Amino acid sequence: MSTMTREETEALIAEVLEVYPDKAKKDRTKHLAANDVSVEQSKKCITSNRKSLPGVMTIRGCAYAGSKGVVWGPIKDMIHISHGPVGCGQYSRAGRRNYYVGTTGVDTFGTMNFTSDFQEKDIVFGGDKKLAKLIEEIEQLFPLHKGISVQSECPIGLIGDDIESVSKKASAAIEKPVIPVRCEGFRGVSQSLGHHIANDAIRDWVLDKRDGVTADSTPYDVAIIGDYNIGGDAWATRILLEEMGLRVVAQWSGDGTIAEMMNTPKVKLNLLHCYRSMNYISRHMEEKYGIPYLEYNFFGPTKIIESCRKIAAFFDDTVKEKTEAMIAHYQPMMDAIVAKYKPRLQGKKVMLYVGGLRPRHVIGAYEDLGMEVIGTGYEFAHNDDYDRTIKEMGDATLLYDDVTGFELEEFVKRLKPDMVGSGIKEKYIFQKMGIPLRQMHSWDYSGPYHGYDGFAIFARDMDIALSNPTFKNLVPPWKKVEAEDVKKAA
Amino acid sequence: MANIMIRQGEKGLTFYLPKRDLEASIESIEFDSPEKWGGELKLDNGGSYYIDPIAKPPRLPISLRAKRLGAAED
Repeated sequence: MSTMTREETEALIAEVLEVYPDKAKKDRTKHLAANDVSVEQSKKCITSNRKSLPGVMTIRGCAYAGSKGVVWGPIKDMIHISHGPVGCGQYSRAGRRNYYVGTTGVDTFGTMNFTSDFQEKDIVFGGDKKLAKLIEEIEQLFPLHKGISVQSECPIGLIGDDIESVSKKASAAIEKPVIPVRCEGFRGVSQSLGHHIANDAIRDWVLDKRDGVTADSTPYDVAIIGDYNIGGDAWATRILLEEMGLRVVAQWSGDGTIAEMMNTPKVKLNLLHCYRSMNYISRHMEEKYGIPYLEYNFFGPTKIIESCRKIAAFFDDTVKEKTEAMIAHYQPMMDAIVAKYKPRLQGKKVMLYVGGLRPRHVIGAYEDLGMEVIGTGYEFAHNDDYDRTIKEMGDATLLYDDVTGFELEEFVKRLKPDMVGSGIKEKYIFQKMGIPLRQMHSWDYSGPYHGYDGFAIFARDMDIALSNPTFKNLVPPWKKVEAEDVKKAA
Repeated sequence: MANIMIRQGEKGLTFYLPKRDLEASIESIEFDSPEKWGGELKLDNGGSYYIDPIAKPPRLPISLRAKRLGAAED
């Protein structure tokens, strides 16, 4: 059903790579591929999770971004100290729209920036004293916080500060958890390692703190893992799960609290949305506490129904009945949305380039609207993500891993999609090229996109982007006249 | 020696190497009986690892120490 044959896709890749020097070309070839649905093992067609080439533009982030920005940041009742120079924290502050309920600055701290603001003297003499003082001040100024995490920036690892010992001492003094996270930005090739480090910190410092303490539980307890509540996503998810008769005990980590996290080992099933960033903790809980985990997908009605039935299969008949009732209840609403937008969006082509999960998860939602995804790629996915992607994508479609600015631009120029789904860094380039773009990281300041409620918004947003009259007026009037004259003359 | 985790997947056993974030399915396991379980693991990505044979674990996943046989695979 793809518009290009395998040979054409391969020729396109070769053509785009033509400008690189031989060595770079050899390296980049491994990261670009035409999808082959018959392949079971992604490593046979695409290489991922490798260091980006020096000299090309990459969109990747760092380990600190993965830990502080993604995993730890949304935990709302903790204070996350950006330990190091001020910039890392300040320029990433409140950018990810992890919505939460609470009074910021009193009992929740999601959008605030706490930093130790390293100066030259701290680099020379070490910043441990400053960190200890900072924690003391936090305790005094924000007594309602439930814990502190120390998110290291690059210099901490370089100068060898012992944040673990400071954290242990401070934790004993304030009688709240203080968690050192060794997520210095230079670690790893992308933010992906930051997720792993953050997960390991949760495992070592948070998860086992309430082992042996009994909490009231029901047989229907579940935890939402890897939903960061961007634009309210986790809430839209939660509504559905509760309608299915499940009890959501914890949200990791959008709108989540540290108490919820400590209670998670008592749930019956972990529901894993962002596999890339939180599979580590799910694997750990499966081994240590025997809690199975289940990957699910709440983008678009087809995938929602599939996922809900898969989740319900873990529970008894009452949940299954409620699930079917819920699906039946929402079906007319979904039919109405599809009836409204499908005629407008049918056959439109989309190219995606997002982080570690959405390049495959949103395909179903686009297909529900009759759109076709002709190219997809991840910033920081690993082989296991591509294993899962190959099955979702059509044969001979384009796959790109850690695509460079140049390559993505060229691919878009040649494939001419009707729309691109990517991030802020790509947005204005493509809009100036005359192609509508929706940010698939932050939902372009809209959202939620998860769940049934989210699909309505998703469909509307895609229609807004594609039907925007601006893109018909990219040629200024004086040039338009000329073009018409030429046509007349000819 | 590396820490690995063996898990029951949908289609069979899967192998996970946390250090390298490597997930692969296990194509064959040398010993697979209640008393003796382990030995050489052949992975579908071409790699093979060796775990000391143990009694079959009552519950998966399980973390074990494994030795890599042959060259590192991608």
